[in-house]
Amino acid sequence: MSLSLVTLFLLSIMVFLGGQVLPGNVGRAILGPFADQRAVDALNHTLGVDRPLLTQYWGWISNFVQGDMGTSYIFRSPVAPFVIDALGNSMKLAAVAFVLVVPIGILGGVVAALNLNRPLDRIISLGGLSVTVLPEFVTGIILILIFGVWLRWLPISAAWPRNAGFFTQLYYLILPSLPLFLVLFGYIARMARSGMIEALDSDYTRTAVLKGLPWRTVIWRHVLRNALLPTITVIATQTGYLIGGLVVIETLFRYQGIGSLIFTAARGKDFPMLESGILTIGIVYAVATLIADFLYSMLNPRIRLESDQ
Amino acid sequence: MSAVQSTSPVPDDTRRRGPLAEVFYSLLRSRTFLVGLAIVLFWVACALFGEHFAPYDPLADDIINALAPPSSEHWFGTDQIGRDVFSRVIVGSRDILTVAPLATLLATVAGTALGLITGYFRGLVDDVVSRILEAFMAIPVVIVALLAIVALGTSKTTVIVVIGLSFAPIIARTVRSAVLAERELDYVAAAQLRHESALHTMFVEILPNVIPPILVETTVRLGYAIFAVATLSFMGFGIQPPSPDWGLSISNNYGMIGGGFWWTVLFDALAIASLVIGVNLAADGVHGALND
Repeated sequence: MSLSLVTLFLLSIMVFLGGQVLPGNVGRAILGPFADQRAVDALNHTLGVDRPLLTQYWGWISNFVQGDMGTSYIFRSPVAPFVIDALGNSMKLAAVAFVLVVPIGILGGVVAALNLNRPLDRIISLGGLSVTVLPEFVTGIILILIFGVWLRWLPISAAWPRNAGFFTQLYYLILPSLPLFLVLFGYIARMARSGMIEALDSDYTRTAVLKGLPWRTVIWRHVLRNALLPTITVIATQTGYLIGGLVVIETLFRYQGIGSLIFTAARGKDFPMLESGILTIGIVYAVATLIADFLYSMLNPRIRLESDQ
Repeated sequence: MSAVQSTSPVPDDTRRRGPLAEVFYSLLRSRTFLVGLAIVLFWVACALFGEHFAPYDPLADDIINALAPPSSEHWFGTDQIGRDVFSRVIVGSRDILTVAPLATLLATVAGTALGLITGYFRGLVDDVVSRILEAFMAIPVVIVALLAIVALGTSKTTVIVVIGLSFAPIIARTVRSAVLAERELDYVAAAQLRHESALHTMFVEILPNVIPPILVETTVRLGYAIFAVATLSFMGFGIQPPSPDWGLSISNNYGMIGGGFWWTVLFDALAIASLVIGVNLAADGVHGALND
């Protein structure tokens, strides 16, 4: 908990410094090289970027906490609605990827562990490892070529038509979520596999087998429960990665999410937009970490009982 | 290391190999390592001598033959201004194979220094530095890079520094835990009793003994560095035109993918994939050889 707060603080400082050390000045960047110096100064004053750094940081962060994310340099309108819209879109994409990858990844790891060192294990482990190390845009391009260009099964852009219903949106989100799926699959399957191997090798599993419990009961009631705890932590730590991946995937698929919002803002040097976007995902990350800690302690009786006493 | 071995009191007739030679031999026996190494060396050769055996100038345009599909003349087809894709893929390995290893080197040097300091001194220094590093590790590299590059402008140096500094905490964590185990050993106590300076103890006494984990972490990081450089180039924040870099080429051409011009992106994507997998196979081999 405290760690994610430190991360958040560090991130806010970096974001802020990144915005301030920008070569040239904001007014000049907006008005262009031929604008009158007085106009530039006036704009800088209106935007408040001529104040001392500490004042600016405090003003920015206290406004942000109150939900005022500032005004976009490019759209000349409040940033907050853009960020909220984009965040919603990104959540949809991330949700599709997660809903696909968590059960399939766990299943893959469990199946691999139950077939330890047999061909099926080799295929899952090696395959998972190979796709995990590839950049998302590389797998993305290859998937677009296969499913979008050659087979024509799926749309190559994630921008669905206006007023599209739930299932249409889902249809458009399958292809973009696949590269994220592939990267996460390797991690989750690997953790589930090693957790399973450890649990299968434990004394309580041997006891359960020796006292004559059916194999099915041993797996479901004794092995899986213990094996999947570390996997939950891994899934939560992957939210940080997922956010980085979203920037790439949303750009590749032209999807109006928070990743492409940050990317576009960075290219256009739209600092309020960029800063708010990054800080927002920082908060999402902190919340995800918190939920993971909570889930972990809920599922782990040792921690749960300790805190009860 | 071998010089040290020959002056050691081990009798010559036992013909014992030094620890490094041992690692070297088990690397040569590792199929994973050899396959990975072969792929990496292939791309290194392309980076060094590519222009000599590439059939065309990778930067020469030929508008009349733009977007030609693969043929006997242009094995991988041509891109939107008629440049030969095959030649570009071969020469395109150069920039990524310069930037990624330099970033990894920076990460290794900075991370090793940080890990030695936090592991050796422990206490307050360790607590403060480790907390900051942990917090820093939680931030995705793409985000750090985006910020730094917007603030500092795009250049190879910026990319190297951003990736190097983003990876340094991860190496520092590995080195720190290795140092924590080492510092309890007698030779460290002996050095301290001789009143060696902390710097001497850290870098001359402890460092040589924590090389194996550093080596493993460095090879693994190299894979991630290639991942990061390729991604940044694709985003337009990495290697800049007119370089025939793979990520950059994909970013320039993927807009036309819907038109069926698959050859303008597929070969670059496969090149990145093969290099990343090659480095990871080699890293896996190094890991196996050092942990046997």
